[in-house]
Amino acid sequence: MIRFILGRLVKAVFILLAILVFNFLLIHAAPGDPAAVMAGEAGAADEKFLADLRTRFGLDQPLYVQLWIYLKGAVQLDLGFSFRQQMPVAELIGDRLPATLLLTGVAFVLSLVLGVIAGVAASARQGSWGDTIISTLALLFYATPLFWVALMAALVFSVWLGWLPGFGYSTIGAGYTGFAHALDVAKHLVLPATTLGLFFMAIYMRMTRASMLEVSRLDFVKTARAKGLKRSVIQRRHILRNALLPVITLAGLQAGQIFGGAILTETVFAWPGIGRLMFEAINQRDYNVILGVFYISAAMVLLFNLITDVVYVIIDPRIRLTG
Amino acid sequence: MLQHFKIAATALALALAGPLAAQDGTPKSGGTLNVVIQPEPPGLMIGLLQNGPTQMVAGDIYESLLRYDFDLKAHPQLAESWEISEDGKTYTFNLRKGVKFHDGEAFTSEDVKFSMDVFLRETHSRMRTYMEHVESIETPDDHTVVVHLKQPFGPFIGIFEPGTAPMIPKHIYEGTEFAKNPANNTPIGTGPFMFDEWVKGSYIHLVKNPDYYMEGKPYVDEVYYHVIPDAASRAVAYETGQVDVLPGGSIENFDVPRIRELENTCITDKGWEYFGPLSWIWINNNNKPLDDVKVRRAMMHALDREFAKDALWNGLGKVATGPLSSSTRFYAGDTPDISYDPEKAKALLAESSYNGETIRLLGLPYGETWQRWAEAVKQNLTEIGMNVDIVPSDVAGWNQKTSDRDFDLAFTYLYQYGDPALGVSRSYMGDNAKPGSPWNNVANYQNPETDKMFAEAALMANPEDRRAAYKAIQDKIVSDVPNLWLLELGFPTIYRCNIKNPVNTAFGVNDGFRDVWIDK
Repeated sequence: MIRFILGRLVKAVFILLAILVFNFLLIHAAPGDPAAVMAGEAGAADEKFLADLRTRFGLDQPLYVQLWIYLKGAVQLDLGFSFRQQMPVAELIGDRLPATLLLTGVAFVLSLVLGVIAGVAASARQGSWGDTIISTLALLFYATPLFWVALMAALVFSVWLGWLPGFGYSTIGAGYTGFAHALDVAKHLVLPATTLGLFFMAIYMRMTRASMLEVSRLDFVKTARAKGLKRSVIQRRHILRNALLPVITLAGLQAGQIFGGAILTETVFAWPGIGRLMFEAINQRDYNVILGVFYISAAMVLLFNLITDVVYVIIDPRIRLTG
Repeated sequence: MLQHFKIAATALALALAGPLAAQDGTPKSGGTLNVVIQPEPPGLMIGLLQNGPTQMVAGDIYESLLRYDFDLKAHPQLAESWEISEDGKTYTFNLRKGVKFHDGEAFTSEDVKFSMDVFLRETHSRMRTYMEHVESIETPDDHTVVVHLKQPFGPFIGIFEPGTAPMIPKHIYEGTEFAKNPANNTPIGTGPFMFDEWVKGSYIHLVKNPDYYMEGKPYVDEVYYHVIPDAASRAVAYETGQVDVLPGGSIENFDVPRIRELENTCITDKGWEYFGPLSWIWINNNNKPLDDVKVRRAMMHALDREFAKDALWNGLGKVATGPLSSSTRFYAGDTPDISYDPEKAKALLAESSYNGETIRLLGLPYGETWQRWAEAVKQNLTEIGMNVDIVPSDVAGWNQKTSDRDFDLAFTYLYQYGDPALGVSRSYMGDNAKPGSPWNNVANYQNPETDKMFAEAALMANPEDRRAAYKAIQDKIVSDVPNLWLLELGFPTIYRCNIKNPVNTAFGVNDGFRDVWIDK
């Protein structure tokens, strides 16, 4: 097991480097650079101002030199400096990462737990009213764009009903500490986490339902029924445990995607996480910040894949790890 | 809803009866002002950064020597009084006594000289150009500054506002590398509010300057600038009461009619007189058939700008009549007619060298309104028989394409800075047409005659001579149609009516909230 994990980690480093190079080239292929965007914001910049900015940021160097400098830093975990924010990228990401982990973590757990429960409930009586309602809702959540759900949620629960705050991480200027602060953050978290979680919940629900139905038609389930086991025991011990395997694979892959969803959710709800940092950095062509966020999110996807593989072994004794 | 607007406008007109006294009832002290800021500023040191959001926050922290009313008339700020010599070459400023920076150090004439002559000359691209007219700056005593110009420079009295000539503490910056001075993170000025805290991605917090030199001011205790990246969410933030002031451009134009009908909500399009944001479409005068003046005139008459104003800008703003905004000094309204006349446009196009070529129109990536505007322009031009393709891009892509002159028509809007010599000539001077910047003479308009006239008009001492010179320039440029002028943009500031005086100078919310008070 340990050899397997070490082997995968070594591979991950190379994959990460390849991703960095690819991202670097991709960003530089887009038209415009951060100097032009910053000069534009100044309203009346002259050529000297632009040239000064480019020299200051090292953008006047040939691309391969810029790439080399970046990679050299990245290997030593130095993510460079944000041109626009005038701060080290690592510090910027470090400031924003906890908020994103909180949002995506809660959304992930919420969607997985509720998705699996709903999937099991729907599959228990295929074709019943309950199944139809759950399946239709899941389809609706799956098909509706995230930003629209986010805006509607803010409109209904914040503007019309006034139950929940519509944006931000905490109440600004309230000066809460301790439990009151945690409660305040939790209130602010409800809308963004639910919005982000709905889409993924729909996926897990549909996957669980389909997988449960498939497994329930297999021979060993018939055998279990023939033995006279209780329906609930068959559902839980025989069907669910086997049906969960594809759901876990999917969840492992989606853990990376949920990060992508966070970009939209954080932007609409003014949640101060790295998704929003990324959104703004792309608009401003703040190269080092974009690459830094890619770096972190790629590393997380690789990590989640590794965790998925390990969890697999734990729940499915048929699978053995080989480096 | 028009009612609200009228009431707000009347209140403002009354408020301005006295020179910038702008009092509307008896001011009450206390309270918190919650304002939207978008996008998040890259920093708050206004001498280093000249973008809009930086100016909005830093305008509370830093001050300049003067303040300007809606007619761009100068009023005292850090300078109590000033004299201009008869030959227009010597400006003497008498500074207010007893002014302190936020760290307790006294503000003196040495700070003025350092700010203008050393700091801004190095860091501020606009100020650098203006300082080329300055021969020397003398400081005979702590409270007197004498500026000698090389030759008279008409617009000089108009540059003493915080975004252009902020007063920077010499004792903190002298001898340091300005861009890397750690004090940039905790900006120190003389303004009514002091920097307290900046939680990146969330808010910027300013608190009242207890030692401010104007008795009783500022009235409010603190100001929060809320960073909310999505336009729809900013509207929600106002609707739910989390913010009270939406500066111009905070929300999409199509949300304005809904928001301004809310209870206790006022709206004004004042506060942009100095910037005079004027929108137009750059015409690439290098490209055929756009080098043909008949094609350009045909396009100008094809555009239904009244429609754009009413349908896209909620009726705010004004249809432009030429290269100057009507709030700018020396604007002439009686220039050649460029109004909407599709029949005339068709006739002109028929006489021109246009032969069915596809014209690429680069939209401005600043949100929905601008996208729809590009569609409206395309439709207008199609109606007179032209082929138009809209080219999509993001901000960085727009910068690149206009810098490289890779367009036929390109939307833009630019500030006028109150005087044609500061904000207009740069877009039309022949020697300012080099590719590589999207903020010079992007159209490549070449006319030696107007070049000479612009150069002379800037240096005239007598305002009446300048007026005549700029009238001739406007006539000439309007008849050449190097660009398609669209609207003097009306950016509405929306606020709760119990917040008094959020906009009472030509800079609107970019000026300090010195006079703001909250009627609870």
